[in-house]
Parts: sequence; C-alpha cells; structure tokens
Amino acid sequence: MNTLQHFFAMGGYAGYVWPAYAVFFIVLIADTVAPQRRRHRLLRELRARMARQGARQADAGSLPISPSD
Amino acid sequence: MSNWIPLWLHKLSSPPTFYRFAGTLRPWAMALALLFGAIALYGGLVLAPADYQQGDAYRIIFIHVPSAWMSMFIYAVMGVSAFVALVWRIKLAEVVAMESAPIGAAFTFITLVTGSLWGKPMWGTWWTWDARLTSELVLLFLYLGVIGLYQAFEDRRQGARAAAFLAIIGIINVPIVHFSVNWWNTLHQGSTVNMFGPSKISWNMLWPLLSMTLATKFYYAASLFRRAQTDLLSLESGKDWVRRIAESEVDQ
Repeated sequence: MNTLQHFFAMGGYAGYVWPAYAVFFIVLIADTVAPQRRRHRLLRELRARMARQGARQADAGSLPISPSD
Repeated sequence: MSNWIPLWLHKLSSPPTFYRFAGTLRPWAMALALLFGAIALYGGLVLAPADYQQGDAYRIIFIHVPSAWMSMFIYAVMGVSAFVALVWRIKLAEVVAMESAPIGAAFTFITLVTGSLWGKPMWGTWWTWDARLTSELVLLFLYLGVIGLYQAFEDRRQGARAAAFLAIIGIINVPIVHFSVNWWNTLHQGSTVNMFGPSKISWNMLWPLLSMTLATKFYYAASLFRRAQTDLLSLESGKDWVRRIAESEVDQ
C-alpha cells in the first residue's frame, strides 16, 4: 500500500503528471470514438436511402411506365 | 499519369481496395498501439527512475515528446498527401490529407497541454511566448484552419482542394517548430533524443519513450484507417461497393 501511495504521489508532482496523462487518454479516446459514431450514422443513412430506393423501385415495377431514377 | 507510380500503389488508391486494406490492417495497428502503449506506461511510470533534477515531473516526457513528434509527423503526411491531391487529383490522397488533420490537431493539443502542465512546476509558468511554444501553437491553428476550410465548402472536393492548399503553405512551420530550440534562445530545453549521435537520456528512460513513439505511430495509422474508411463510404455513397458494405456490415 505504501509503495502504491508513493507511486500515486509522483514525488509531489501528482497534480501535474496525472492530469497530463488524463488529457492524453481523454483526447485520444475522443479521437477514436468520434469517427466510430460518424461511421454508424453514415451506414444507417445509407441503409435508409437504399430502403427508400428499393421501395420506389418496387412501386415503379407495378406501373406501366417506370420513372428513370 | 501513373507511369512512374508503382502498380500496387495505383491499385491501392482505388477506394474499394483501400477500404478493404484499411479494414484488415486497422485492428492490428490498434492492437500494436495498445501493446506498445502499455509497455511504455509501465516502463515510464514504474520502471524508470526519477530524474535527478526534475524528480518525477519529468515523466510527462513519455507522452509529451511522442505527441510533439506526432504533431509534426502527421503534418508532414498531411502536407505531402495534400500536394499529391492537388497535383494528381487522387481522391485517396485528399481523404488521407483531410482525415489526418483532426488526428494531428489532437496530438498538437496534447503537446501544448502536457507541455503546460510540465512547464508550471519546472519553469514556474504555464505558458510563455517563446519560439518553440509559439510555433507549436501556430501548428494547432494551421490544423484547425485546414479542418475549418475543408468544412466551409458545400462541395467537399472543392473544400479539400482549398484546405490542401493551406496545408501545403503551412508546411513551412514544421521545420520552424523543429529547429526553434536551436535557432532562438528559448525557455524550452533542447532535444533530448537525437537520431544521429548520442541521446542525452539514459537507456531506462529512453526505451519507454521509444515504445510510446511506436504506440502513437500505430495509433495514428489505426485512427487514419477508420476515418478514411468512413470518408470513402461517404464520398462514394452511390457506388455498388458501398451499397454492398452498407448491406452486409450491420455494425462492425
């Protein structure tokens, strides 16, 4: 326990060392999560667009004249 | 156009090929980043001894210096791809340049904040307008400028061209950041690690630093691959290969 306390104290510089490491990890995690979310959103949009197109084509199939898409 | 570009590079620059390539390599790059990062953290925070002058405060070096190197490295990658994008109009080069900018900005931000947290106990100030710090701040503004310009245009490829132009002009700042500690008298210390000649750091402090450097390089690759994949899907959203991915990849 004593060595652990000693470790976290960082020789009295805990208030500088740990926030620096925290910033490093928080920024990089944000950098990983942001594009992941953008990707999910994009794939959802693409699927929705394809579903709409599919529905329109199915409709068009029942008409004598199919609109050019 | 592609006479002197090796055939494999030409093939790789086709969006569906690159998409698959990036998808295969990304998990490996991320795994290596985590592995080298964990080793570096253990070596830097636990194994390495305290510095005889700076005590334990110097341990910020293990993230500050690799981040600073990445801030310049990514700018160089962005500048070169921006040049390729402008001259040869290769879509993938545009994507690499534009998607590198946020990652570079992230590392530049980390460099500035960790430097500030290191400067306060060692120099007695969070910030000083000296050459190294100011040029690194200019680097952050250049990244933000590239991101902003890219998003300011309705036509994304037009935005990419404008932003690529700014990225190329800004390359002039990279050697200024690097050599600022030699060219001017600065509060910032000179380089600790030298590629040529002896480094001014003992081995048990150097290896965690190098391990974190590798970790940040792999991290950049992983992040860039993911961002580029998403960008390619969006840019080519009408194409067949994108439709197939949208159908098959529910969530990956």
